[in-house]
Amino acid sequence: MPLSVAIEKKLAEFTLAVEFAATDRPLSILGASGAGKTMLLRCIAGLEKPERGRIVLDDRVLFDAERGVNLPARERGVGLLFQKYALFPHRNVAENVGFGMANATGEQRKERMSELNAQMRIDGLANRYPSELSGGEQQRVALARALATGPQALLLDEPLSALDTHLRSQISLLLQETFAEYRRPALMVTHNIEEAYRMSEELLVLQRGQVAAFGRREDVFQRPASAEVARLTGCKNISRVQANGDGSFFATDWGIKLWGDRVANGATRFAGIRAHHIAWVRSNEDVPARKNVVPCWLARISETPFGMTVFLRTRETERASDEIELQAELTKEEWERVRGEEQPWTVGMAAGNIFLMDS
Amino acid sequence: MDLSPLWISLATSLVATAITLFVGVGAAAWRSSRRGFFAVVVDCVFLLPLVLPPTVVGFFLLLIFGRRGPIGQLLLRFDATVVFSWPATVIAAVVVSLPLMYLSARAALEMVDPHLLEAARTLGATEWRVFREVALPLAWPGVIAGTILAFARALGEFGATLMIAGDIPGRTETIPITIYFAVEAGQMWRALLWCGADVAISLLLLGGVYYWTQLQRATRGIR
Repeated sequence: MPLSVAIEKKLAEFTLAVEFAATDRPLSILGASGAGKTMLLRCIAGLEKPERGRIVLDDRVLFDAERGVNLPARERGVGLLFQKYALFPHRNVAENVGFGMANATGEQRKERMSELNAQMRIDGLANRYPSELSGGEQQRVALARALATGPQALLLDEPLSALDTHLRSQISLLLQETFAEYRRPALMVTHNIEEAYRMSEELLVLQRGQVAAFGRREDVFQRPASAEVARLTGCKNISRVQANGDGSFFATDWGIKLWGDRVANGATRFAGIRAHHIAWVRSNEDVPARKNVVPCWLARISETPFGMTVFLRTRETERASDEIELQAELTKEEWERVRGEEQPWTVGMAAGNIFLMDS
Repeated sequence: MDLSPLWISLATSLVATAITLFVGVGAAAWRSSRRGFFAVVVDCVFLLPLVLPPTVVGFFLLLIFGRRGPIGQLLLRFDATVVFSWPATVIAAVVVSLPLMYLSARAALEMVDPHLLEAARTLGATEWRVFREVALPLAWPGVIAGTILAFARALGEFGATLMIAGDIPGRTETIPITIYFAVEAGQMWRALLWCGADVAISLLLLGGVYYWTQLQRATRGIR
């Protein structure tokens, strides 16, 4: 593996203890704020020193606590993109991008610069100072500056978080292009689920300093390893579970009996279903005979630009204090069709979309 | 009229400020990346001359640089004495102006965003290059402010200078000392004249600084 990391570092509230290997493809690191994502990047870049473990890039040992190896950041050949860009305010764009190329000859420098200028679309900005650039331009300059040194791995700390929606999709596309061409380990930290999914085929979910999930994005999203991973990957409906013995289970928080994507047993503790997997069933269908079909009453709605979040109750009675509402995502058209129908609505959850979790 | 106090004062202040600049910025750079007991001790040593009366500072300098003092003894081996000579005025000026330089430079260096220094490191820069090309340029306005304060303090130095350098006309008699002895001797016009010279130098200095900062702003576009 091009980059293998196995480190332990004590933080104020928990211990960062992470082990993973990254290929030459981008890897998104997803986690709530304060999960240790930034600290992980800083350890790899050589800005923080872990107490234990090893970091190896290709066949170079960057850090090895046992053998007392701790290469300084300048010798690691690892590019780090800071969340707030960290451009040098007293140097213009050309001087910023050129900072890491101090050892290159004038000819090499020129060539690399014009390459990067084209790639990052910062051609006309050479003489501007960072304070004269927009957020998107600053981000592109920072990316060019990091790539200019020819880093053997690239670390990006929430590269899109400081940008507005429009710039976000622009830079996101640019990053995807860059990654496609880069073909070296690229770790991107984010707390945005969609970003994480979009940018890389591999996902690492970090929770309080521990790896909660690591693997192909489809697996992480479709079969979350734990309720926490389900929550972090944006699952809105999670219930505690009691197995019935016949393979089905009773979802205690929703008060209904369901079948999941596998047989529920004594070890099964949680069930989850994503909001867009909750579907309305026509009332003229043969309802009672079907599995995973339950009557629901409307609790409240919440409107988004292109859809409607509908909160459902599984009982008609007054809301019990411990009852948890089910969240469903509908398009505006679906909502218009559904809203006129008489309650209770009949709602179905395909067994294959209900994932069971042991922790 | 004897203009020697003017030249002595200017030479002393310029040389002292140059020394202060290097020692002060160097010490501040060393200190800004350190914590702990030893760093606090260094702070105290550097700031002591600011708190103590100049006469006390001068007395300590006399003990250190005098014929029986450790450095005085050392110099005697090379047949040199520093007390009551021109270098003594420089020593006094350096010691009293150093705290101002040190404080300003330290504050300015600590204000520099640490992410910028880290970015420079990940881009392959040595610690020296990080300091010279990132930390120092960004702390520069603070360093300049410290230099001005140090120069002004050196120019006005009286107590410690009198203790360690005395008032030898043409050699150690700076403007403040000339003024003091002129008043003592009842030569009010002479005292007034030198006071005027002091005010003129200070105004020139301040005007120059103002002009220079305006020029900087105009050429570098930094707010």
